[in-house]
Amino acid sequence: MVTSKNEKAALRIFIALLIGPMVVLVLAVVAYPFFFNVILSLSNMNLFHIRDWEVIGFEQYLAVFAEPRFWEILLKTLIWTLTNVVFHVVIGVMLAVLLNQLFVVGKPAWRVLLILPWALPQYITALTWRGMFNYEYGAINLVLTKYMNLPAVEWLTSPFEAFLAAILTNIWLGFPFMMVIALGGLQSIPAELYEAADADGASAWHKFRHITLPLLRPVMLPAITLGVVWTFNNINVMWLVSNGGEPNDQTHILVSFVYEAAFSAYRFGWAAALSMVIFAILFLFTAVFLNRTKATEAAY
Amino acid sequence: MVKSQNIFAKIGTYAVLFIAAAVSVYPITRIITISLRPGDQLLSTSLALIPDNFTFDNYVVLLTETGFLRWMVNSLLVSLVVTVTGVALASTSGYALSRYKFAGKGSLLQGLLVTQMFPATMLLLPLYVMLIKLHLLDSYLGIIIIYTATALPFCVWQMKGYYDTIPPTLEEAARIDGASHWQAFTKVILPLAAPALVITALFSFMTAWNEYVVANVVLQDTSMFTLPLGLKMFQGSMTTQWGLYAAGSLLVSIPVVALFLILSRYLISGLTLGAVKG
Repeated sequence: MVTSKNEKAALRIFIALLIGPMVVLVLAVVAYPFFFNVILSLSNMNLFHIRDWEVIGFEQYLAVFAEPRFWEILLKTLIWTLTNVVFHVVIGVMLAVLLNQLFVVGKPAWRVLLILPWALPQYITALTWRGMFNYEYGAINLVLTKYMNLPAVEWLTSPFEAFLAAILTNIWLGFPFMMVIALGGLQSIPAELYEAADADGASAWHKFRHITLPLLRPVMLPAITLGVVWTFNNINVMWLVSNGGEPNDQTHILVSFVYEAAFSAYRFGWAAALSMVIFAILFLFTAVFLNRTKATEAAY
Repeated sequence: MVKSQNIFAKIGTYAVLFIAAAVSVYPITRIITISLRPGDQLLSTSLALIPDNFTFDNYVVLLTETGFLRWMVNSLLVSLVVTVTGVALASTSGYALSRYKFAGKGSLLQGLLVTQMFPATMLLLPLYVMLIKLHLLDSYLGIIIIYTATALPFCVWQMKGYYDTIPPTLEEAARIDGASHWQAFTKVILPLAAPALVITALFSFMTAWNEYVVANVVLQDTSMFTLPLGLKMFQGSMTTQWGLYAAGSLLVSIPVVALFLILSRYLISGLTLGAVKG
């Protein structure tokens, strides 16, 4: 029994060695800048006060909420997030259910083709779609005018259409993630449940509604939470499709708006405050959503 | 069961799958087409897959007359460092989080999740201000640190989730045979976690290989550029060099897309069991 004390100490050192480096790195490069950001958000730092900045209190937060464009872009961000996530989940689950049917031949091949949008680097997707939305030479307008006899759309030069273009691009690149998650979830549903339902003469819709959906729920909820957070913060697509907010700085979500405020207008204090507001929104959403749905119950 | 209903269901399924697959592939065929166009056809309204008089000129120019190879070396360097660091830290800390109870474990796991909610500017802005002060703009150190920190939380959760599925009796058996904790971990568990390690490596690599927004702020010297910055440069605000851009995009995408597709089988088992629980 003498060894057991040494063993415990040894185990403690072992755990510390395993986890220490990660914690140190995360603390150094995430926690420290985080607190620095909090201080910046309380300061007057901008292009004119880059060295002689000082803490001035909550003025920057008040300035954020007083800015009419903040509310307008918050609304755009909510529309952006909701539309994208709904389409991602609906398309992803639908394709997964279709692909999971027994009679479908060539499953690996279908899967590979459908995963392609996820595999392509996001910035290349965004820049390529920007090209496809070009008024004169872009593939989308060419298809619309040549094959469907519809008028060409001014995708990138009018605010509504540019926003729509970014949403379409993001829907395209986001559904495979949800599909892959749903496929994994479907594989864990026992076939006997469907066999029993068949024996009772249940329709396909009934089986989907009463077996597939409830059993996919625990798998999809965490993925949806991540999806909301990632979409809300997805600066790549919005920034690159609209080439930094074109036309006329209209095509923004909060995260691209704050990026511009920081690195084009150098309103550092104001941008730091807006970053905090974005973080607070997502934090509240996640806390409420996870609590409501008990999505992480199985995680610990 | 009615037979005709079945046939309709099958036709409908294939039709939807076919349309979805076509939409998934189409933008990629556009990149291929444009990269093969000769210089005088770049502004063409043709939708043909293989353009008239197709040529590899764009690739030749890209590789010999632009900084493309230089950017590729830069990107490889940054991405490999991030991958190695990410895998090393996520595989060890994920193991501890999966197997042992210790003070602060719950808040650590939650804290890692919280970092996913930071908007891009939350870390970038303070680091940018610090880098200006330290005269460290245009260095890879800053960017490597930011990428590793971005990739790490997801990777730790992913590894932890996978270790959770490996029964602890395996280490116990090894321990009874006289192996140390470290040996039980590296010799017994780590090899079994190979699929999760592969996914973790892939995600870390892709984080760095595909990142534009951070690099755009931190790197300003053209010779320091990573691939995303270089490719964006072809899409200038005045004129877009579509041919070079398309050829470059294809060369950049082929390796990651290939890796991703080869590993997509692991994604379905590895990802659902791991990260998604978070």
